[in-house]
Amino acid sequence: MGILEVKNVNKRFGGLQALSDVNLSIAENTVHAIIGPNGAGKSTLLNCLVGKLIPDTGSVMFDGQSVLGRAPYEINQMGISRVFQTPEIFGDLTVLENMLIPCFAKRDGSFEMNALTSVTSQKDVLAKAEHMLEEMNMADKRHMHSASMSRGDKRRLEIGMCLSQEPRLLLLDEPTAGMARADTNNTIDLLKQIKSERDITIAIIEHDMHVVFSLAERITVLAQGTPLVEDTPDKIKGHPKVREAYLGESA
Amino acid sequence: MFGLNARDTSLLIVVAILALCAPFILNPFPQGSAMAQFNAGYPDLMQRFVIFGIFAIGFNILFGLTGYLSFGHAAFLGVGSYSAVWMFKLLSMNVIPAILLSVIVAGLFALLIGYVSLRRSGIYFSILTLAFAQMSFALAYSVLTPITNGETGLQLSLNDPRILGVSQTADGSIPVTNLFGLEMRGTYQMDVGPWMFQFNAGYYLSALIMLIAFYLSIRIFRSPFGMMLRAVKSNQQRMNYTGLNARPYTLAAFVISGMYAGLAGGLLASMDPLAGAERMQWTASGEVVLMTILGGAGTLIGPILGAGFIKYFENIFSKINDTVLHQWFGFLPDGLEDFVVFIVHPFIGKGWHLTLGILFMLVVIFLPGGLVQGGQKIGKWLRGNKAGEDDASKASTKPAE
Repeated sequence: MGILEVKNVNKRFGGLQALSDVNLSIAENTVHAIIGPNGAGKSTLLNCLVGKLIPDTGSVMFDGQSVLGRAPYEINQMGISRVFQTPEIFGDLTVLENMLIPCFAKRDGSFEMNALTSVTSQKDVLAKAEHMLEEMNMADKRHMHSASMSRGDKRRLEIGMCLSQEPRLLLLDEPTAGMARADTNNTIDLLKQIKSERDITIAIIEHDMHVVFSLAERITVLAQGTPLVEDTPDKIKGHPKVREAYLGESA
Repeated sequence: MFGLNARDTSLLIVVAILALCAPFILNPFPQGSAMAQFNAGYPDLMQRFVIFGIFAIGFNILFGLTGYLSFGHAAFLGVGSYSAVWMFKLLSMNVIPAILLSVIVAGLFALLIGYVSLRRSGIYFSILTLAFAQMSFALAYSVLTPITNGETGLQLSLNDPRILGVSQTADGSIPVTNLFGLEMRGTYQMDVGPWMFQFNAGYYLSALIMLIAFYLSIRIFRSPFGMMLRAVKSNQQRMNYTGLNARPYTLAAFVISGMYAGLAGGLLASMDPLAGAERMQWTASGEVVLMTILGGAGTLIGPILGAGFIKYFENIFSKINDTVLHQWFGFLPDGLEDFVVFIVHPFIGKGWHLTLGILFMLVVIFLPGGLVQGGQKIGKWLRGNKAGEDDASKASTKPAE
């Protein structure tokens, strides 16, 4: 029984069957990659996991509880954090403030009015945020306006913000899309380091095969809305169906 | 000091000094001189400066921090005024219970309107708030006449019950608003040579409350709550995926700014105990938006500057008429004098809106950060000049070493 169980999920947009009978099981503490050509339904599947889309039929269970019908913020409270294709950070805030937001957020998402304490007097929250910035190697950028950073730094910050919530499942949607080679390698190293240091399950959607094969322990190949095959990276590389449907195009 | 950092403390102190010395600062020209036209140091106008300052400070907590543009804040101001006048009619002429009631009623009203309007964001939110405010205006004007006295507006009368006071004074007139006996209209006049300075009790009470309101807004800006509000403005998507529901935060900000508006409305009624439906009209809601944007949305001091700026124009420029212009330009040859007056005429008197509109356009185009940004630019320019001089002196001394 995996930490995330997707069963018989169907999603249709008008005349397009985006997902048909998707079954997927992600085991705890693994790095699981979902690959597939454009239009295979990767992003639709991801959006179904985080509550942005509701599947027409089927079930999505996280740690034995259904995520369907819950708002994105409620699903996040269950322990799923999401990193977006284009980094979603608080662009108007400084790097430190960005990190402070998840640190101030209560685990159960409850609303806190603390309107008359100052941010600077909350020493333990500040320490936590500073610690996380150091771990992300961004301590020297703490007072930078976050919108003015490079894409790689924004990504790093976004991952740090997700991690500061101590999620059990981290979903990454093409984390290296549009990045320079050096930034891509940094991101791979960062994710490897994260995986080695904590108990966390990582699900990653990726186009870049270099990233997939350096990180993933299991790979699911999606094609036209259905899982084609699921296996270890070595087996996937040699799988004839996969070569035909996906790798073959780029080879 | 007061739990603020050094910069915020000095800002608060500067505002406090300006507010205390306003009767001097706003009356720089001697009585009877040609420039006395531009004096703004009379009680009625000074009260308006600080009261609309409070209104704009509160609006800025919503608009400046969360980015939710409410087009219906005048409704809370109006509700505050009505509550205060009712308190004067029923309980006593003391302003404290009146102001308290206006804040509470406006807060409850904001909770109701905010709860519905905040289901949408962006332009839909603005339209919802506008609709609610116009609805309140129409109701106050017609159906709710028993409470609001319709077109005439709610006024005090000689047979109000006033449980903790008198219905009418010994000489048969309506009692005046007071703070434990201190009359709000009480004014001490000081004559210094040709100058005349007026110190009004109502103004100082309003200024004191404005300072407290300003202090609270600084605290909110610097708090984790304020940071959350800025996060809502910056990226709601990330907010959601951080496990935070933005609605309680925006609703809290909406209610707080509604209470500020109610406070302003209560103070307006305390200075002059009447309340009319026109206070809730959409133009009044638009005015506070202009004040905040003109001064600098999201800045601490901006809304106060914007409020002062607009109220000054409204009261001073609108009073200049052709006779005054002919006096000013009397030194010119007759034909030229008439021509200049003809050119300036559309911008003064009833045309003050035109002047304000042009200034607003200039500010929005050249200073998107409002008057505050203008101040910062001037500050930078001055400092830049100084730094330049320093560099020059260094450069000239260097070769000697």
